[in-house]
Amino acid sequence: MNDETANKPTLDRPATHAIDIANLQRGGERMDLAQEDIALKVENLRLWYGEKQALKGIDMDIPRTRVTAFIGPSGCGKSTLLRCFNRMNDLVDNVRIEGRILLDDRDIYDPALDVAELRRRVGMVFQKPNPFPKSIYENVAYGLRIQGINDRRILDEVVEKSLRRAALWDEVKDRLQDNALGLSGGQQQRLVIARAVAVEPEVLLLDEPASALDPISTLKIEELIYELKSNYTIVIVTHNMQQAARVSDYTAFMYMGELIEFGDTDGLFTNPKKKQTEDYITGRYG
Amino acid sequence: MDIDKERLTHHISRQFNAELEDLRNRVLTMGGLVEQQITDAVRALVEGNTELAEAVIPRDHQVNALEVAIDEECTHVIARRQPAASDLRLIIAVIKTITDLERMGDEAERIARMAIHLASLERPRSQYLEIQNLGDHVRQLTHDALDAFARMDAEAAAHVAQRDTKVDLEYEGIIRQSVTHMMEDPRSIARILDVMWSARALERIGDHARNICEYVIYLVKGKDVRHTSLEQLEKTARGE
Repeated sequence: MNDETANKPTLDRPATHAIDIANLQRGGERMDLAQEDIALKVENLRLWYGEKQALKGIDMDIPRTRVTAFIGPSGCGKSTLLRCFNRMNDLVDNVRIEGRILLDDRDIYDPALDVAELRRRVGMVFQKPNPFPKSIYENVAYGLRIQGINDRRILDEVVEKSLRRAALWDEVKDRLQDNALGLSGGQQQRLVIARAVAVEPEVLLLDEPASALDPISTLKIEELIYELKSNYTIVIVTHNMQQAARVSDYTAFMYMGELIEFGDTDGLFTNPKKKQTEDYITGRYG
Repeated sequence: MDIDKERLTHHISRQFNAELEDLRNRVLTMGGLVEQQITDAVRALVEGNTELAEAVIPRDHQVNALEVAIDEECTHVIARRQPAASDLRLIIAVIKTITDLERMGDEAERIARMAIHLASLERPRSQYLEIQNLGDHVRQLTHDALDAFARMDAEAAAHVAQRDTKVDLEYEGIIRQSVTHMMEDPRSIARILDVMWSARALERIGDHARNICEYVIYLVKGKDVRHTSLEQLEKTARGE
């Protein structure tokens, strides 16, 4: 098309036969949990910190290659539940866990299971970016190096691929040997995500990944989450309800250690079924 | 879950409560004004009161101005509060309701213009009783639809929507009668055409009132009942 016609509005209407009415009539695609392939299955999960019960019998299915958001007030157990998925709670004293979590039908609390291998398959990103005080390159290569992979060609390839997936490559490709701590907060967070995806996990756990970032960096992370979900199952904990509404396909509302409501994000944010959910997402008190 | 009027003002942010309450009140004010316009327009026509009809016409600007102002307020609430769930449904219902109210106002203005023309013609034997009756029903329908909105009462809204069917039947009756009269006395055609247009305007107002009832059901129940049967509408309103 030449420049003259490029920006001119045209009066030509599409031929009627070319309009796909059925497609236009869809009110935006609704997600349906019943139709999903399940990556993680939680069965009657109960967790105590000492005497205090933090999770009171959670049952839920986390669908594969979808984004599932956990929302709820502070202390509702959403981060605790997230940390159960790669057994991060094992590192906390005085924790007792009952019930099961199945990752591809295998109980991740099976004593015979290799926890290091589980954490490779289930990666995690925290609220505050935590790059190692090493070069950008070594941060991403770290997971492979501890697996004993030192072949430069493989490392180069994985570092580039991971940084591209984390939408950081263009910003850092000319300074891969610089110290990662010199990056901005938003870049550090994307670097940490690149480090997590470098080991090809199946599930990515994001615990408030954008709460320490400015709005532009936050949007970049959200965009990244959208890009990543075609390859990974993503579970995100967020205090920012609008963020949950923007990035997730499914949303779980938790309150006082219980899963109150879990369903497709569009439904939950326009017509929640439970009063507690309604109160929380609309900012009401009981 | 269902929403009721009391819960509208249960937000932690009192400012948000005030904004939603203000929005709701302004819709009811606009509704009251439209109701008055309908009442006056019909009365002007039936009584041949030109003065009253002439007062109705400029007042339509007030209705229009309210529509614009409420729309703007809704835009602000969306931009600042990012409402969710029932709050979001309230904003959507308000935006849609005021569009219908504005059109009802236009129809009232149209009736007022017919009234001015008709006042210059010979009055029929019926004394426009048929318009009086249809007008009463439509005004009551509008009033009850707004009442259902004010009380956020889905079941009441469903009952009001049902009554629009009677208005449609009454309108058809007037059309049939008018055709007969025109055949009997061709000299009356000009006058009867105005009567028919007025009846048509009232019938349209009834349809808009029904639309408002549908928005009330959406607001309360979270289900879109537009373009469904009356039975379906009733069922949804009862929560089945």
